[in-house]
Amino acid sequence: MRTRPCASGKRRAGPHDRQSRPALHRIRLHAPGAGGSLAISLTAPPIGVFLVLRRMSLMGDAMGHAILPGAAIGYLLAGLSLFAMSLGGFAAGLAVALAAGLVARSTVIREDASLAGFYLLSLALGVMLVSVRGSSVDLLHVLFGTVLALDDGALLLIASIATVSMMTLAVIYRPLVMECFDPQFLRSVSPLSSPTHLIFLVLVVLNLVAGFQALGTLMAVGIMLLPAVAARFWAEDVGGMIGVAIASAFASSVVGLLVSYYVNVPTGPAVILACGAFYLLSMLVGVRGGVLWGLMPRRHLEA
Amino acid sequence: MKATAPTLGFHNLTLGYGRHPAVHHITGEVARGELLAIVGPNGAGKSTLLKGIVGELKPLSGRLDLDGLTKRDIAYLPQVIEIDRSFPISVFDCVAMGLWRQIGALRGLDARGRDHVIGALGTVGLIELADRPVGTLSGGQFQRVLFARLLLQDAKLILLDEPFRAVDTKTVADLIRLIERWHREGRTVLAALHDMEQVRTHFPRTLLLAREVVAWGETRAVLTPANLAKSREITEAFDAHAPVCEREETRWSA
Repeated sequence: MRTRPCASGKRRAGPHDRQSRPALHRIRLHAPGAGGSLAISLTAPPIGVFLVLRRMSLMGDAMGHAILPGAAIGYLLAGLSLFAMSLGGFAAGLAVALAAGLVARSTVIREDASLAGFYLLSLALGVMLVSVRGSSVDLLHVLFGTVLALDDGALLLIASIATVSMMTLAVIYRPLVMECFDPQFLRSVSPLSSPTHLIFLVLVVLNLVAGFQALGTLMAVGIMLLPAVAARFWAEDVGGMIGVAIASAFASSVVGLLVSYYVNVPTGPAVILACGAFYLLSMLVGVRGGVLWGLMPRRHLEA
Repeated sequence: MKATAPTLGFHNLTLGYGRHPAVHHITGEVARGELLAIVGPNGAGKSTLLKGIVGELKPLSGRLDLDGLTKRDIAYLPQVIEIDRSFPISVFDCVAMGLWRQIGALRGLDARGRDHVIGALGTVGLIELADRPVGTLSGGQFQRVLFARLLLQDAKLILLDEPFRAVDTKTVADLIRLIERWHREGRTVLAALHDMEQVRTHFPRTLLLAREVVAWGETRAVLTPANLAKSREITEAFDAHAPVCEREETRWSA
């Protein structure tokens, strides 16, 4: 079956889409899909900014793998049900993130090492589950998520996650900034250090799960981190970075969606490549440490 | 000085890592409003003692009395700071963290709070740098920022762990003036230090440590050549096969 592109956005994902398994490149733009990516562009980049500032950029990637067994269990139990896969993915991601966080805080192991331990375990479990019960095609579907055309229910779930995530981030913003900048100080004045960290980990997982529906597991990490890394070249404070990250993610989503619609390429990679293009551009011309500025022969100032 | 109530009481307190004590069997009291220097060679247990007071380390044995002081009443400047200096935050915002007790996680910084921050920056002589990112400051300037933050914490008990590392003499003089101001305001200040001249000049009382209390009292009486020699003799070794300590407690009255 070949799904037709539909600019009016009236087309719904019907039962056909779920039963058939179109090739990756046949997924096309439609309204819930576009809405989903745009919602993700609002909520994932701020999380990415904090991951970058905490030097945990690669954690997003690790978590993307960690949600695999959960999504796989959901898939094996309920078939291609977005809800079951999301719930499973969320549970698995949360288990890994919390276990890693708690182990890092109560033993000699640092957070990155304990996370690596748990996510590799989780990934292996996921691959094992899928290969025992399903086929390698299933594994690809779970990893790339792209067989899933978003329906209205999924869009609602993504929008809810985006809303909850942004509100939570607003509430924990100050302790989170302090936890990134000077965790020892936060610990010395308040008992909020560990709760803040754990809530933040939950937000990371929630946003990955939301992104996994819209863009696929692996691509979800891209929209979280690429705009955040690029933002460091433009802004000098956390608020500014978040603003730049959201704006560039949003613009990249629009560009990616349009390109995937007109040129007939899959949406997820198109959006992430647009984010990546902005990242490369920022690296060259960004006003805070862009490479080209350094090459320009300019005389130093008086003070 | 005997008349004032103690704010800190150590009762046969032993602190350490694993089962190995870094400093053991401390018994004594620190009076409210006291300005106390903690001196001793590297590995004497100065930092460990401060970590114990602030609650980062649980006692291996013995007891610590804080006389009702809570986390909020204690300001602590650690020796090894975990601060990420490349973090994009301004000097102003960094110092404003000291107002946590007033504004917590959610309340905004009102005009009065802003004035407090500016005032603290003025005290440490950094008003012009308020909007600069902390990453652009020199080591000494950053130490002043940390002192401004301590100032805003308005704490009853202030713990400073080697606060003058890598700081020039002008800055040290300014920061010592600030410590003396805290002393006049009746706050209790404990500072781990290395410069004996500094201690003799500015700190009325001293605790000489060498993994146990060597001497504790008036600075002049504590920093004698005999005591200092004794503190150097006591081994710094961390013996992996140390036997169980059976020592009786010795009492040092402050």
